[in-house]
Amino acid sequence: MNIEKMKLREIFEKQPVAKDFFDSIGIEIIDDNLTLNEYVEKVDEEKLEDLGLSKDFILENFKEFLSNLSDIESNQLQQVKSITIIGGYNKLGEKENIEIEIKAGEIISIVGPTGSGKSRLLADIEWMAQGDTPTKRKILLNGEVPDKDLRFSSEFKLVAQLSQNMNFVIDLSVREFLLLHAESRFVQNKEEIVERVIEKANQLAGESFTGETPLTSLSGGQSRALMIADTAILSKSPIILIDEIENAGIDRKKALNLLVEEQKIVLMATHDPILALMGDKRFVISHGGIVKILETTEEEKKLLSKLEELDRTLLEYRNRLRFGERLS
Amino acid sequence: MKLITISGPPSSGKTAVIMKVIESLKQRNIKVGVVKFDCLLTDDDLLFKRHDIPVLKGLSGALCPDHYFVSNIEKCFNWGKEEGLDILISESAGLCNRCSPHIKDITAVCVIDNLSGLNTPKKIGPMLKSADIVIITKGDIVSQAEREVFAAKVRQVNPTAKILHVNGLTGQGAYEFTLLLMDSEDVETLEGKSLRFSMPSALCSYCLGETRIGEKYQVGNVRKMDV
Repeated sequence: MNIEKMKLREIFEKQPVAKDFFDSIGIEIIDDNLTLNEYVEKVDEEKLEDLGLSKDFILENFKEFLSNLSDIESNQLQQVKSITIIGGYNKLGEKENIEIEIKAGEIISIVGPTGSGKSRLLADIEWMAQGDTPTKRKILLNGEVPDKDLRFSSEFKLVAQLSQNMNFVIDLSVREFLLLHAESRFVQNKEEIVERVIEKANQLAGESFTGETPLTSLSGGQSRALMIADTAILSKSPIILIDEIENAGIDRKKALNLLVEEQKIVLMATHDPILALMGDKRFVISHGGIVKILETTEEEKKLLSKLEELDRTLLEYRNRLRFGERLS
Repeated sequence: MKLITISGPPSSGKTAVIMKVIESLKQRNIKVGVVKFDCLLTDDDLLFKRHDIPVLKGLSGALCPDHYFVSNIEKCFNWGKEEGLDILISESAGLCNRCSPHIKDITAVCVIDNLSGLNTPKKIGPMLKSADIVIITKGDIVSQAEREVFAAKVRQVNPTAKILHVNGLTGQGAYEFTLLLMDSEDVETLEGKSLRFSMPSALCSYCLGETRIGEKYQVGNVRKMDV
């Protein structure tokens, strides 16, 4: 749209969130029957001085704000169907002989001792490294070298990270917060999506909660379930990075299934055999390089069922303990 | 030499981020020095010295810290050149949220943390709104959703900046930040350069040491609330 010629009212009709820009810089729109330039000319100089703003700032930033919005609408940035990791060098300077494509819906476990370079690998992916990090790795999206500007686009974040942190710090109810998150992503029909996140999160959590529950009073398992459901459904990042999922108050298999259903690429740094075997493949990291890629075998999948059985037994004992029973 | 102005609210993690950035730059044999501006007291200069980082310390005391900054930055810049630095980083806290040390044509960075509250980006003036790079810290303490909402609030008030997440404890993101800093232009002199925004004018009786409360003691640039 031609912003220069349009009246503010017309811009707001097309892009209701454009109003937020003026709200966030502290400028009221009293008369929207003006073009941007006409409006800025009328803003009181003293008011600008107080706010630490200038006319040029408003003009330039509002245009940029609108252009960010239209990037989101065009949505072409977010279609990541695969990433490719092209090996660089390990910490000993040896070549990392690897070129591997990971597709949407795949789960990859990443294993290796502390300090082996798991974090660097994940950082290389997040940064879309092009031989410009210490490992000299290259990352391709959909088989191509990604646009360098994507690194700083706030509308396109390649990686969403679910860290071990289990708490929210914001003092809002579940629904209020999810609505805020939906608004920040400029999603359509936000109420509907928010209800879906709450429903899915409840399917993952051991104990149920509602949209009215304050975020800060969720249990660890509930928080985790909400974080995963929110990331699966509301976050636009195509890659989800998981740093362990503690086995408490959450159905981990369902959680991973939800991410796969939403066509995410899931990377898990874990040493929990149950979680690791839920992956399709595992990358083995040593001395800063990927040394092996193991596909989960049929035998391992059988073992997984056995381990899950053990896990359930343990959980049962835990519950009986909780209810004051004798264990036998 | 490159000059980088780094500012941000108190306790947002400026010093921790700077330490991680310098660690990363040192590995590539880039010589970095710091000038640390503060008000009453700082021990951070000792921290930098312990890591063999050339450092200057400026305490503004009873003066407005940002006015103190702009009166001294040229001298500090010349010091950095004499020390043979490749990069000089100036660190200052934006205390009243209205002042900003950012200079035209000099890379301007604002550090702000995820814990500071969703309305904080709105409340900070040119220090955040006119920065070229915004570093968001303490991402490990909050959830992915909270990080996304906070970053969106920052983007709203500064649609042009490059926004990066850096963890001041683990250094995650610091390397990527240095790549951006290395893109800054080298500068010969600061003489004649201007601040991006004027600093608030405030010359009233209280600036000059008045302590008594009451209309009759107030002269100069005094403004009254509508009550």
